[in-house]
Formats: sequence, structure tokens, C-alpha cells
Amino acid sequence: MNEVLALAAHHLLLSAAALGLALVIALPLGLVAARRPRLAAASLGVAGVIQTIPGLALLALFYPLLLAIGHGLPALGFLPAWLALALYALLPILRNVVAGLRGLDPAVIQAADGLGMTAWQRLRLVEAPLAAPVVMAGIRTATVWTIGAATLATTVGAASLGNLIFSGLQSEDWTQVLTGCLASALLALAADGLLALVERGLAKRERWSLILGGVGVAIGLLLACAPLLGGTGQRSIVVGAKNFSEQFILARLIGDRLERAGYTVSYRQGLGSLVALHALQQGDIDVYVEYSGTIWADAMHRTQVAPRAETLAGIADYLRPSGAALVGPLGFENAYALAMKRPAAAAHHVADLQGLAAAAPTLNLGADLEYLARPEWRAVRDGYDIRFGSTRNYAPTFMYRALESGQVDVISAFSSDGRIAADDLVVLGDPRHVQPGYDALLLASSAHARDPRFLAALKPLVGAIPVAAMQQANYQVDRDADKASPAAAAQWLAARIGRK
Amino acid sequence: MDQHGPQHGSPHGRPHGPEVRFERVTKRFAGGDAVAGVDVAIAPGSFVALVGGSGAGKSTLLRMVNRLEVPSEGRVLIDGRDVAEGPAPLLRRSIGYVFQSIGLMPHMSVAENIALVPRIAGDPAPDVAALLEMVDLPAEIGTRAPDALSGGQRQRVGVARALATGATLMLLDEPLGALDPVTRDGIGQRYRDLHQRLGFTSIMVTHDMAEALLLADRIIVMAKGRIVGDATPAEMLAGKAGPEADALVAVPARQAQAIEALRG
Repeated sequence: MNEVLALAAHHLLLSAAALGLALVIALPLGLVAARRPRLAAASLGVAGVIQTIPGLALLALFYPLLLAIGHGLPALGFLPAWLALALYALLPILRNVVAGLRGLDPAVIQAADGLGMTAWQRLRLVEAPLAAPVVMAGIRTATVWTIGAATLATTVGAASLGNLIFSGLQSEDWTQVLTGCLASALLALAADGLLALVERGLAKRERWSLILGGVGVAIGLLLACAPLLGGTGQRSIVVGAKNFSEQFILARLIGDRLERAGYTVSYRQGLGSLVALHALQQGDIDVYVEYSGTIWADAMHRTQVAPRAETLAGIADYLRPSGAALVGPLGFENAYALAMKRPAAAAHHVADLQGLAAAAPTLNLGADLEYLARPEWRAVRDGYDIRFGSTRNYAPTFMYRALESGQVDVISAFSSDGRIAADDLVVLGDPRHVQPGYDALLLASSAHARDPRFLAALKPLVGAIPVAAMQQANYQVDRDADKASPAAAAQWLAARIGRK
Repeated sequence: MDQHGPQHGSPHGRPHGPEVRFERVTKRFAGGDAVAGVDVAIAPGSFVALVGGSGAGKSTLLRMVNRLEVPSEGRVLIDGRDVAEGPAPLLRRSIGYVFQSIGLMPHMSVAENIALVPRIAGDPAPDVAALLEMVDLPAEIGTRAPDALSGGQRQRVGVARALATGATLMLLDEPLGALDPVTRDGIGQRYRDLHQRLGFTSIMVTHDMAEALLLADRIIVMAKGRIVGDATPAEMLAGKAGPEADALVAVPARQAQAIEALRG
């Protein structure tokens, strides 16, 4: 419950800040545009085009944009979410400001001028009060849209109620998903209701409605500021995680140890692979678990597979310029592995990737969204000349269901996934060694890579996790019956490896 | 100028309104000249009606006095001073402006509407009750909203608003055009009375010649941006003001005769 309230406060703060920025832009712009038809057409046109960009895409666009601008601007977290949401809120406000001002009775404007009002007096005494109800209606629309779109902010690393939705989706915890949905809907309804009061108060000149609505909004904003009071010090750590169960579990494992060492911990989950790496190098996150092959093949673009020691040394060198460091390997590997159901593998005479090549044209592949874009897939595909009959994309957790239901025949599984053993899947071997190794590595950002207290808290994890333990922990979260939360699985894992 | 509402003066008007002079005033638009080389002086304390058909340039000429229009050529002088000097808002606050669509602020009460100019000028509040009385409205109407008033009541408030400025120059742009004949007559007479008592200079635009004949001291007839007739009502009726004036006078004159005949 605490987490829901905290996320709700973050969500509200983000939405309010985005609306604030949109107002700062749209109100003056609308004021000027109302008197200049060409400016009005141009600015409404631009705002309209922005609206056609799907919210998710708009948020995602800010990540490369901010990276390109550089200068130490954080490309993840509050900043891109704030900017994207503010852009999204522009159109309804701008449109209503222009419409409200243009819709004023010309006789009233003529009187205002004829009586000798200055432009400012006219705005203050006549135009603003008369256009206010229409402008308020636009602000209401923008508020509801923004609160809804803010759930997507999770994808760029900003905390919001979307966190519940996305992680609930990934771990198939429908209660969490519903909680996130309901909470953001309630937030939107409450905001809309309060603003409706203000709008009514303006339109009918009802003092009470205005006061009630205004006070309600003020209280809401105060509550939203709660996260700011938490305070961030050098004792606060951001733990990053990608978007599958193992990452959630390990993030909690790391976070628990850091909390016990006296740090305040927050999480940024659902990050893509290269996004997480960049975030670490930029300092937007402080620690996360990456896999050696991912860095070797994707980030460093190395096509030749090298022995473990050389790979790890190469990675440490690669990270050095940003100050980030490799704390150490955790002790298990999580490699991409093409897997099939055991009976199906036998039926098609497929024992390893070489055998798969012959049968592939009659088989369907189910792969996670990232895999097909990665060099690992290209290496396997070209190294063994594998051409599948068809390919489908799934979020990692749904791949296994698709395999079980027969929708697909082969999936791009993760070798430390507990469902491999539980579902009796065969992992297809790589006799030609086209794939690099995938040691799970603990990486730290430059702010903490040389912090003795930090390292002392996390070093015990190095070399401590055997793959069997990781698989079991993963299975606890992924299975249907008696499903555990990543936090609970992390605690189990800690006990299991003797690092309570 | 008295900001608390005009005082009662002698029947022949004191204080006097200013002289207004148009010097070779032209207003050019893309389609032609709305006002073409108008040169005329309006005596202090006089009530002048500007009459003519649509598009004659009457309103344009009037609005150049309080700078709602700016002449392309020539200038407008009030008591010898060019209206183009100084900021427009200051000029406008010292001129009473009443127009057809009235333009009361819908979000303010009648009293707030009347007190508007002193308020924006930073002057002390006017005596609203006295002003309402001067336009034949009951004092309690001050608390009502404009949309609760009839058209005639609203225009009376419009006049009160102009009076509250303490101005002695009044510009009236078809002020009675949207009203029924009975109301028109009532307000017209009332205004004429105020004009005389308080010694205003009044310039009224109207396309109703009968109204001009009954209310004004002097009638200026305009057509296509020029002055084509300029005489007192008596002279107009006697046919001494030119053909356009005769044409305009003919209708009300004939109607008056016909009504008299019915009576007999």
C-alpha cells in the first residue's frame, strides 16, 4: 500500500509539473495567437501534429533527443517524461485559449477599447474572466489526458503508477496491474472533478465552487510534493533492472543488501539492454546486472567470441572511460538459448542448433522483442543457416505460454529460466560456438564504483549464485501456482546462497 | 472635469463641451475611401447629427474622434489639440462613447459597469445612484446583471456609463438603432435634456433623419465619404441643404403629414 501511495504521489507530481509547463507555454502563446490568425494556424497545427504521435513514442523519442543534447542532462527519468507529457498537453489548452478569446462578444471588446482600457486592463478585466470557463475546460481535458499518459512514463524510467502495470504484466500479477489501472483512473477522476468545480465556479460566477475546487487542487498539489521532501543524498542509490523476472529478483537482492548497509534505495525497472548500460554510464542508475555477451556483442560490437578472462577484461576497459566499473561476476550464466519441447525436438530429430537448421523451415519461432534485433540472433541464424517458417514477437514471459500452447515451436529462452526444467524443454547446444558467453555481471556507476561501503555490501554476491539457485528463484516468480513476488524470491535466494 | 457625475448647470449648459474640428480628414481602405477629405468644425456645446445611408462614412468619421480609427490623412482636433498626441487610452477615458451594440460587461453588475472608467483611471468611485436617476433608472437596478435587463434599460446604462466619465464630449454611434420606437423616443428625449443641462458637445451618428431633425441643432449629411449637406433642422425642412438632404427629409416629412391627415 505504501508503494502504491508513493507511486501515486510521483505520478501526480509528474502530471502536475507537465501541466504546469504546458500552461506556461500555451497561455501566453494562445493570447498572442488569438489576435494573429497565421500564428494561430501554425501553432495549433504543430500542437495537433504532436498529438498524433502516440504517447509512448513521444516519451521514447526524448531519450535519444536528450542523449544527443548531452551536457549531462539526464536522458532517463523525470526530465524526458516531464517534457514529453508537457508537449502532449499543449493542444487542448492552446486550442481552448484561442477559441475562448476569439469567442468573446465583439461588442464587449469594442466597449473595453472605447472606454479607454489599456491592453493589459482589457486582458485582466474583460478577456481573461470571460474566456476563463472555456480555457478551464481545455485544462480539464489536458489534465485527464496527462494523468492517463503518465502511466507510460515508466518506460523512460520515471516513477509512476505505470510501474505497477508494467511489472504486474511482466510477472503476470493481475492484482498489481488492476491496482495500477484503478489508481490512475481514480486520480484522473478526482482531478477532473475538482477542475470541473473550478470551471463551474468561473462560468456561473459561483464563489463556493471556485473555493472548493481551488482548495482541492491545492491540497492535491501539496500531496504530490511529498516525494520531494524525501530528500536525496549521496546515500540514495538507484538500482536498475531490465524487463524480465531474473532482473527484478536480482535488483531486489541488491537493493535489500544496500538498504541494510544504510542506503535509501529506489528502483528503475523495465529498461531495455542498451538503455540500461547507457543509464549506468551516465549515472542515471547506480547498479544493475548485465550479461557479458550482451556487452561484448551489442555494445562493443565484437564479432569474435573470446575466452572468459579476455571478455571480462575487455568489458572492464570498455566501462573505464565513464568511470563505471565491473564489481564482479555473480557466478552463473544466462545465455540466449533456442529451446523446444522435448517430444517435439525428438519428433523433428533436433538435438542442437545444427539439427535445427534442417527442420527450421517447417517450424515457427517465438522470440522476445529484443532478440531478433540483436547480433546474437544474427550470429546463430547465419552461423547455422537457420531460416524459420515464421517468426512472432512476445514479451519474455508470454513466450513460454506460446510454446506450450503450440502457437510456436521454438522460443528464444534464457538459460537460467526456471521454466526450462519445469516445462521439460530442451536447450539446443551451440557446437560451433557462434555465441559468446553470458556471465551475469554486477556493474556499478562511477559515483559508487570506488565507494568502500557500497562495495562491501555487494562484493559478497560475487561468485555466490549458482545457476540452479537462480533458476529456482526465477521459477518461483514465473510459475502459475503459488506465484511469488520478486521481492519474496529475492529473500529466498539470499537465504539459499547463504547471504542473508 | 468633475469625476463624481456632472453637476446641474444652467439651461444653456455650463461647463461647455469642447470644440471638435476635422481638418481635411481622409480614411483610405483597399476598396476605396471611407472618408474623403472631410473638413468641418463642430461648435462647443452643439448637438450635431451625422446622417447618411450605409457606407457613407459616418461611423468611421465619428470613431476618429476617440482614435478607434486613425485618419490616413488630416487630423482631428479637440479644443485645438490633436487627438493623436498622447496615449489613446487616456484620450478615450475623457470622451463618452455610446454605441449600438452597447457592450456592457456581462460578468459585472450594472453598478460595476457604470463605474468602469473611474475605476480604470484610478479615480474615486462615482455616485451610481445619481447617474442611474439621470437616465431614468431605479437605483436598485445597480445590483442586477446586464443580461437581466431589457434592451432599452441596457442602453440607458450605457449612457450612464458614459456620463460617469465626467466627459463633456459625447460620441453616440447609432445608439438607438436596436431599440423599439417608444424606447427610442424616451431615451432620445432624455439624452437631449442631459445634453442641454450639462452643456455637452454631442456628435450622434444615425440613419434616421426624423430622429436627427427632432434631437439635433445641426445636421450634417454624408454620402460616399463626403459631406453633401450641412444645415439646421429648420433649414433642412425648407429645402436649403441640397438634393441628398431633401431626399432624406422627404420620407419623415411625408409620413408626418400622412399621420396628421389620419388624425383629421
